[in-house]
Amino acid sequence: MPDAPSRSAPPALPAAAPGAESPQAGTGTVRRLPVAPVIGGLILLLAVSVVVGVALGPVQVPFSHVLSFLGAQIRGGVISAERAGEFQIVWDIRLPRVLLAAVVGAGLATVGVAVQAMVRNALGDPFVLGISSGASVGATSVIVFGAFAWMGLYALSAAAFLGALGAMVLVYLVAATPRGLAPLRLVLTGTAMAYGFSAVTTILIFQAPTGEASRSALFWLLGSLGGVTWGSLPIAVCVVVLGIAHLTLSAGRLNALSMGDQTAMTLGVDAQRLRRELFVVAAATTGVLVAVSGAVGFVGLMMPHLVRMLVGADHRRVMAVTPLAGACFLIWVDIGARMIAAPQELPLGVITAVIGVPCFVALMRRGYTFGGQG
Amino acid sequence: MNVDLQRVSVRIAGEYLVRDLSLHVAAGEVVGLVGPNGCGKSTTLGCVYRTLRPAAGAVLLDGEDLRTVSLRHSARQLAALTQDGHVEFDFTVSEVVAMGRLPHQHALGRHDEHDRAICDRALHRVDAAHLARRSYLTLSGGEKQRVQIARALAQQPRVLVLDEPTNHLDVRHQLEMLSLVRRLGITVLMALHDLNLAAAWCHRLYVLDGGHIVASGPPTDVLTPELLTGVFGVRAHIVSHPATGAPQLLFDSPADAVAQPAAAAAQ
Repeated sequence: MPDAPSRSAPPALPAAAPGAESPQAGTGTVRRLPVAPVIGGLILLLAVSVVVGVALGPVQVPFSHVLSFLGAQIRGGVISAERAGEFQIVWDIRLPRVLLAAVVGAGLATVGVAVQAMVRNALGDPFVLGISSGASVGATSVIVFGAFAWMGLYALSAAAFLGALGAMVLVYLVAATPRGLAPLRLVLTGTAMAYGFSAVTTILIFQAPTGEASRSALFWLLGSLGGVTWGSLPIAVCVVVLGIAHLTLSAGRLNALSMGDQTAMTLGVDAQRLRRELFVVAAATTGVLVAVSGAVGFVGLMMPHLVRMLVGADHRRVMAVTPLAGACFLIWVDIGARMIAAPQELPLGVITAVIGVPCFVALMRRGYTFGGQG
Repeated sequence: MNVDLQRVSVRIAGEYLVRDLSLHVAAGEVVGLVGPNGCGKSTTLGCVYRTLRPAAGAVLLDGEDLRTVSLRHSARQLAALTQDGHVEFDFTVSEVVAMGRLPHQHALGRHDEHDRAICDRALHRVDAAHLARRSYLTLSGGEKQRVQIARALAQQPRVLVLDEPTNHLDVRHQLEMLSLVRRLGITVLMALHDLNLAAAWCHRLYVLDGGHIVASGPPTDVLTPELLTGVFGVRAHIVSHPATGAPQLLFDSPADAVAQPAAAAAQ
């Protein structure tokens, strides 16, 4: 406990009342928002974000049309012939893209919670496990050399997922010891592997036969939801829902794990088993999401911290809020990606960084400690 | 609730940290584990609170072999203060204490009125109710220690295992901590560095050296000048506490321990 001496309260007199021991009582008192209104607000925001996300783009569709299309699809209705083109944009192109943005945002933010709890480190995000970088190797080899060409449209996703899977196995094998997965070893192994994988990715891009191929590989590496269809959704939805369900059910165990492995075990939580479960959930979710959207950074790192600042560190609350917050955030990031330099699309990773870095700095300057002693 | 260790051995990386160790703590008894650094105190406690698995031997709670029950089951009977120092994430004190209810809750179980009342009582008992809404990370070392005890009490254990509970505490809080432990009325097994505190607050002591028990019994019987020289390598005078009668140790400085006999011989 390196913090103990410097933070010790001044010696209290024997007769001192209990409160007198902390002369700064109140300064450390935590103000937190009640969870229910936050969830309600976020659900509302999510609904609004979906409609706005569908309406905005190179072709603007009025909100009223978007709502009537959605109503017609849900309740069964008729779309007039002159609006068929608009409907097609909304239903076939924009809606799956917006929904996938929500799913990817929810998933990445949730994985961030899982990884931060697993490695007991505020810096944890889906990328420190090296899994995203592994997926990048797979995807780059498809884009640059046309590997897995026989799989057609699914080659990119399949290769990215295989890359993620390979990275996950490799990181696990290297990091695991007979006594289990140690948090620090896991972070260091993942980070080291990530460097290795990015080196491979870079070599692949340099070897690209055409400039166009290396350009699209770079674009994919920073994340994009362009070209998404309804077909991209089902697997991503299933994996993300399962991951959220697992973590929500494990919220109490995640709290215990934050107290340290030994304390967790005295609370009846098998720390090693929980860490293995979290590793699998995080790796599988990251693999699937990176396969459909590319490697979108910063969401998994920042969302959990933002949520903790609002509602506190209790994982029951964190898990109730984080997926919604991540979903809303990534919808708006994707809107930005389409709109800022229209008709050019920007990579998602650029926007998350542009929003994320100032947010991070602001958080720190406001005295948020990211869980450490700041 | 009785705690029994039967011929427990712990081997890590081929070396025995504890070998053939047996000890008994009767229900309601406060038993101290003392010994020099690296003698196996924490290892022994780790076997009881189940972060370590003995290579041989058994740990029994009221005759029930811990190997045969789930972690969750034993967490409802036994709570521990471990040496985990670092807590990640900014929990409030009441959130930390609430974690003590985890072994009693289902995965989707809510922290209900009953749980909340137990946690409030636990915080009151360690004189920390005023800290409830504070951030755990901003507490002093002593306050953290008391909050962890409250968390352990919220588990409603029948056995409490404490690894150096007086670490980081000033003298007043050391005394308050140990008098609280004595007043709990539950079975307590704790490792202590401070022999004077151990002598004053434990019903019985076990002295460990090199992974073995070398002495056991009431403090008055165990803490002798010979044992202190043999096990700790120090010379001490043993006096009786003027008020309580507990044995208390006055240590010679290490240089004196060597120099004095020589000086005496010269005269």
